[in-house]
Amino acid sequence: MKRILAIIRPDKLEVVKQALEDIGCHGLTIKDVRGRGRQLGITESYRGHDYKVDLLSKTEIEIVTSEEDIDKIIETILKTAQTGDIGDGKIFISPVEEVVRIRTGERGEKAI
Amino acid sequence: MVPVLNSGDTAWMLISTALVILMTIPGVALFYGGLIRRENVLNTMFLSFVSFAVVSIIWFVYGYQLTFGTDIWGFIGTISNPLFGGIVESNSLSTYAPTIPTGLYAVFQMTFAAITVALISGAVVERMKFSAWLAFIPIWITLVYMPIAHWMWGGGWLEQMGALDFAGGTVVHVNCGMAALALVLILGTRKNARLLPHHLGYSIIGTGLLWFGWFGFNAGSALGATNLAVSAMIVTNLAACVGMLTWILIDKLKTGKPTMLGALSGAIAGLAAITPAAGYVNVTAAIIIGFAASICAYLAVSALKPRLGYDDSLDVFGIHGVCGIVGTLAVGFFATPLINSAIKGGLIAGHPMQIAIQLLAIVVIGAYSFIMTYIIGKAIEKTIGLRVEDKEEVHGLDITLHEESGYRLS
Repeated sequence: MKRILAIIRPDKLEVVKQALEDIGCHGLTIKDVRGRGRQLGITESYRGHDYKVDLLSKTEIEIVTSEEDIDKIIETILKTAQTGDIGDGKIFISPVEEVVRIRTGERGEKAI
Repeated sequence: MVPVLNSGDTAWMLISTALVILMTIPGVALFYGGLIRRENVLNTMFLSFVSFAVVSIIWFVYGYQLTFGTDIWGFIGTISNPLFGGIVESNSLSTYAPTIPTGLYAVFQMTFAAITVALISGAVVERMKFSAWLAFIPIWITLVYMPIAHWMWGGGWLEQMGALDFAGGTVVHVNCGMAALALVLILGTRKNARLLPHHLGYSIIGTGLLWFGWFGFNAGSALGATNLAVSAMIVTNLAACVGMLTWILIDKLKTGKPTMLGALSGAIAGLAAITPAAGYVNVTAAIIIGFAASICAYLAVSALKPRLGYDDSLDVFGIHGVCGIVGTLAVGFFATPLINSAIKGGLIAGHPMQIAIQLLAIVVIGAYSFIMTYIIGKAIEKTIGLRVEDKEEVHGLDITLHEESGYRLS
């Protein structure tokens, strides 16, 4: 079982979510996050003073899935979240040790 | 001619009173509340609301008469009716505005006293003890506002000299601007002194309420439903609009983009500047005043403040103080008896002496406000303390002083 953490542009959330649903991936957790990559940030200006703002808003999608589905999910996210400009985001994949369904107490892949 | 109650005047003045109350609660509160960081939003708004409450009470216990009562040596008024006893009951008409009841003139004036205090709060936000603010309000309103208002409006010596302030350029704006400056010099700079508004939406709404309420502030100072009130309304609006567009233009020239906060600030700059002049000048003058005020305020907040290093957090001196000065001086140039037959006018009316009189009023009121506020601030600092502890300032005042949060999102 793997965890996929995808940090994407906030305005891409709806189209990514819909595409994931279309391939059968329903369960996910969404977080509003801020962060920076290698870009230089933006400038905001208040009463004549400029401030550098390098923490930009992104959306994080967290999905826990079985090994077989990973490639399909990554491909779907790439297709729908990509614009080609700086700030498209990143996907991180890490292993998951155990999954438990709270309602029934089931464990393992069948609990996903 | 025997003065008689005029229902048109009275109705308009009742509305004007309500309009100016709206400017403080919640106009100023919202305007300031949007400009500070999220952790201080409640405390910031609290300062305005509690100012209004305390001043309202003091005003009708003794404040109105200390300001507008029978004059003593041009300096202060006489308290003949503590707790405003008997005045409403006697159905008397105001000696300052003979077509409306005394009580109405009193409550109208109360709203000016209240907003002057609330405006000061913008300079001290994010680091002042709430108890210190509560102590400050009654002491300041009594020792600073009441004498100044008496000198200029209550039959005091500045009025006797012919100084002109239609709706509060000196009494409100120069006064609160200099008081703010005095307080911030004692309080010191915030640990995080950057102006990063957490919710400009509040400030937008606040500015709208201020703009709307300002018609009560300026046109209401005509003290009647008259052509003078109409004139005041027109020039008030124009100064605001020109102020806004001017600041937008300067923003574009200096930083490349017009900003919403700049537009709001420019509008308020224009409104503050036209305040002393609203019932004395014509449309052309109003446009010039709005333009000049916006430029001066822009320079004050973007160049003067960083150069001198004082942390007037929300630019009370930079906008209200500076524009009060600009507008009050402008009266000396542009006042005309063609707009208001009760005055001699200024330079354009062949009376250039008015400029000197206006300058005197600015200097006297500015200096008195600054010095007295400094003394009051020092006294509070030495007794109960003025500034919060470092860790309270860092965590935010809402949680540490009030055990509340402005954004409990669930």
